[in-house]
Amino acid sequence: MNNYLLFFIIVIYLSLLFYIAFLAEKKKHSKWVNNPYVYTLSLAVYCSAWTYYGSIGIAADSGVNFLPIYLGPVIAAPLWILLLKKIMRISKQHKISSIADFISLRYGNNRFLGALVTFICLFGTLPYISLQLKAVSETFQIMTHNTSYNSTSVLGDSTFYVALLLAVFATFFSTQKTDASEKHKGIIASVAFESVLKLVFFLVIGVYITFYLFDGTIDIHNQISKKENFKALTSLNGLEDGLNWFFMIALSFFAIFLLPRQFQVSVLENNREKHLKKAIWLFPLYLLLFNIFVIFIAWAGKLTFGNDISTEYYSLLLPLKNGNIFLATLVFLGGFSAVISMVIVSTLALSNMVSNNLIIPYGFLNKFKRNETNRNSKYIKNIRRISIFTIIIISYFFYISFSKELSLYAIGLISFVIIAQLAPSFFIGLFWNRGSSKASIIGIIIGFLIVAYTLILPFTMFAYTGANTFVESGFLGLDILKPHQLFHIDFLSPPAHAFFWSISLNTICYLFFSLALKSNYRERNYAEMFVESSSFSSLQDNAFVWKGEAYVKDIKNVLVRFLGDVKANRALKLFFQKYNLDANTQLADARLINFSEKLLTGNIGSASAKILIANVVKEEEISLREVLKILEESKENISNNKVLLEKTDQLSKISSELKNVNEELVVKDKQKDEFLDTVAHELKTPITGIRAATELLIDDMDEMPTELKKQFLNNILQDSDRLGRLINNILDFEKLESGQLNLDLQVNDIQKTIIKVFASISQLAAKKGIKLINKNPYKLHLFFDEDKMHQVLTNLVSNALKFCPEKNGTISIDYYLGNKEAIITVEDNGKGIPKDDFNYIFDKFYQSKNQNTIKPEGSGLGLAITKQIVEKHNGKIWAEKRQKSGAKFVFTIPFK
Amino acid sequence: MKKKILIVDDEPNIVMSLEYAFKKQNFEVFIARDGSEVFEILKGEIPDVIILDVMMPNVDGYQTIKKIKETVNLTATKVVFLSAKNKASDIEKGLKLGADKYLTKPFSVKKIVSEILELLN
Repeated sequence: MNNYLLFFIIVIYLSLLFYIAFLAEKKKHSKWVNNPYVYTLSLAVYCSAWTYYGSIGIAADSGVNFLPIYLGPVIAAPLWILLLKKIMRISKQHKISSIADFISLRYGNNRFLGALVTFICLFGTLPYISLQLKAVSETFQIMTHNTSYNSTSVLGDSTFYVALLLAVFATFFSTQKTDASEKHKGIIASVAFESVLKLVFFLVIGVYITFYLFDGTIDIHNQISKKENFKALTSLNGLEDGLNWFFMIALSFFAIFLLPRQFQVSVLENNREKHLKKAIWLFPLYLLLFNIFVIFIAWAGKLTFGNDISTEYYSLLLPLKNGNIFLATLVFLGGFSAVISMVIVSTLALSNMVSNNLIIPYGFLNKFKRNETNRNSKYIKNIRRISIFTIIIISYFFYISFSKELSLYAIGLISFVIIAQLAPSFFIGLFWNRGSSKASIIGIIIGFLIVAYTLILPFTMFAYTGANTFVESGFLGLDILKPHQLFHIDFLSPPAHAFFWSISLNTICYLFFSLALKSNYRERNYAEMFVESSSFSSLQDNAFVWKGEAYVKDIKNVLVRFLGDVKANRALKLFFQKYNLDANTQLADARLINFSEKLLTGNIGSASAKILIANVVKEEEISLREVLKILEESKENISNNKVLLEKTDQLSKISSELKNVNEELVVKDKQKDEFLDTVAHELKTPITGIRAATELLIDDMDEMPTELKKQFLNNILQDSDRLGRLINNILDFEKLESGQLNLDLQVNDIQKTIIKVFASISQLAAKKGIKLINKNPYKLHLFFDEDKMHQVLTNLVSNALKFCPEKNGTISIDYYLGNKEAIITVEDNGKGIPKDDFNYIFDKFYQSKNQNTIKPEGSGLGLAITKQIVEKHNGKIWAEKRQKSGAKFVFTIPFK
Repeated sequence: MKKKILIVDDEPNIVMSLEYAFKKQNFEVFIARDGSEVFEILKGEIPDVIILDVMMPNVDGYQTIKKIKETVNLTATKVVFLSAKNKASDIEKGLKLGADKYLTKPFSVKKIVSEILELLN
């Protein structure tokens, strides 16, 4: 195909991408842009040229070893719900714009750490981008049959122009916004589109090769199985291969989280957490589809071309060999899509890091202070543009100098191992609040040095000297330091070996120094916020200790410079409203400092934001002693509060007791009053009767008929008796209630007492036709006051008499032995006790309305006195509630 | 026409004396032993005066006078409390409820009779 035609196709294709991004940006709230499928497809930026071309190479050369790189992400996917969700929330809270921001913020917004992470990401991504350029340029040559492959002049190399085009495209494509934490919906939509394209084209070529050029999968398998060394390609080689696989899976597991482009799409560009739910099964499915035909294309290529041609481009070479240029173009475009999306997202992420964590905090910051908003954001944009352009161009030269000899797969793995150095700081730091910035820095540097020694140095030396003496004889000729076999571990592949040593020592350093070195207050604060992210979401603005002096005016000036007048004012207004502060507040507090830092973080990264704000804030270093003092004070407060609380509890207890006593007294007093009232009333009633009758008798002595005279005289007699009884009862009752009565406790036979009571009452009962039954004829010796027991039984029996029907009435007394007491019952067959009366019958002066006589006989004190006597014997008395007919009173006398 | 008097008290001895005294004054006497019996009687009779005890079983004097005052055709009927409760607060309460007089026990029969006669003239 013609050079220019292909170039033209590429330009057309890039314009299409621009158009898609433009459309998506325009309709950024539509369902087409915000859905879990777009999110999942954007994650597929993982499948770059390495997957598209490199896997086939590995499958052809060393069998199924291409698989572990996809198994790691598949294993990671279910964990996203836990891990990625936490990372997303933290990132959203703190307006994080890159993985460098994320890690440096976790360790107290450490500027150096941010720069170090950026450096690691740069080192890890440059070869990766060069890998993409290599793929593009080589496939470009294959498509055009160009031989400039060997040209020494850069300007004469057509692939240089491809790289240049890519750089220019990426530069303008990804820098339309200043706030790096804002979403790039256009870019994400175009990445999703490319993910569809590369998968579809890859499947098309897979089907074409497997079912058109060959006769299906079985045919390919049958043919290849006749070749020599087939077995090695389809099986694992014992424990060593197993370990290699293990490390490769771990490596790709880390990569899916840590690669700057993956962090960009999975965390920063995520719209809704719930999109994750779909992604955790859809993304593994995508990877599966991508890998279905790899092995068959590889075998088909091997069958067709033998061993003498670049195995990585079988998918392109096969259709070309068969004259199908159209299909080859599709494959080229698919690969180009994989490249473009990887390069765009990677450079986007890297440029943010380079500008926010490297350039602005380490040099350009002073420039911003004097300038205006517009110029500032222009500066930031330009820094990013230059970064992107430079990164791609450096990658190109990297490719020219190093990558030509290496396979796509080998370059990709170097990237992975470098990026993996962030893993201990990143993962452990999420769940362990002791992890400190110094430890993180030491761990990453140690890890990187080991990777440099075991992986980067050997291939650099090889690329320059063409000799392999370094790898074969080791540093200074020491066996033990052979870069691919450190300490004689010689069974791992170079990347797995480098990964093993670097990540182990990195982790050990991180853990050891975290425990050994003290971290400062700021670090502990952020560590707490990350580890306990959920509990800090509401109070993050106040969640740090800060001491110093700052004026709102100064902070506002800084904000205006970066956000513009309108945005800064609006943000401050919201802040003041949120915390109920006066709009004219002069001095800024810790919350405002933190708030402003966060606002700026989106624009210029957390490290720069911290420095900028620190410039207008006279922050005083808080010494450990002061922190301790603060802690001590709050501890003291807490313990003081505890004592106070206890005291208050005691007081309220005492006062409630007092209140109870008082209430009791009031009740008692009222009862006393009521008692006196009632006594007076009860006494007055018979006196009234006596007085009236007497008066009438005196006045009408002559006129009154004899019958009536008799009646009145009888009334006087009755009332006088009543009066006498009443007085006796009242005196008894008063004695009992005030505790003046002393019982004459002796061993007595209850049977004898019952007989006496029945005897004294038998006449009255016989008159009414009521039968008295002594149910238990046996002796029972108990400890009681004979006279008082006589009174109790008399009261109960005469009470029963009042309610018994005349004729056929029965009153029976029974007793039996309980557990620790004798139980005595008095039962009648009268009307029974009305429900309403149960609560009152033992109250003084309470008289049931259910009596046979119209006017109740007795004083109304009988049962009250009875109760007092029984209780004085330590017994209990009650009326049986479940009595079907009649009334049954029960009382107990304890044996002792 | 004979004046009609309703005596409401649960003490038969006291009622007996009052009944005797008022019959002698040519009153037609009705007797109720508590508030609930009062309204049985009031269904058929409109007395000129009611003597009302306070402390009675079931429906007491206070409840009874409230009901009486709510009854339309009893507006002309005088109500006199006759109670052993003689505290100032008791008397005040009784008069507030609309009693025309509050007399206390024990009492002189002559005095009661003259008070009632005075009230009716």
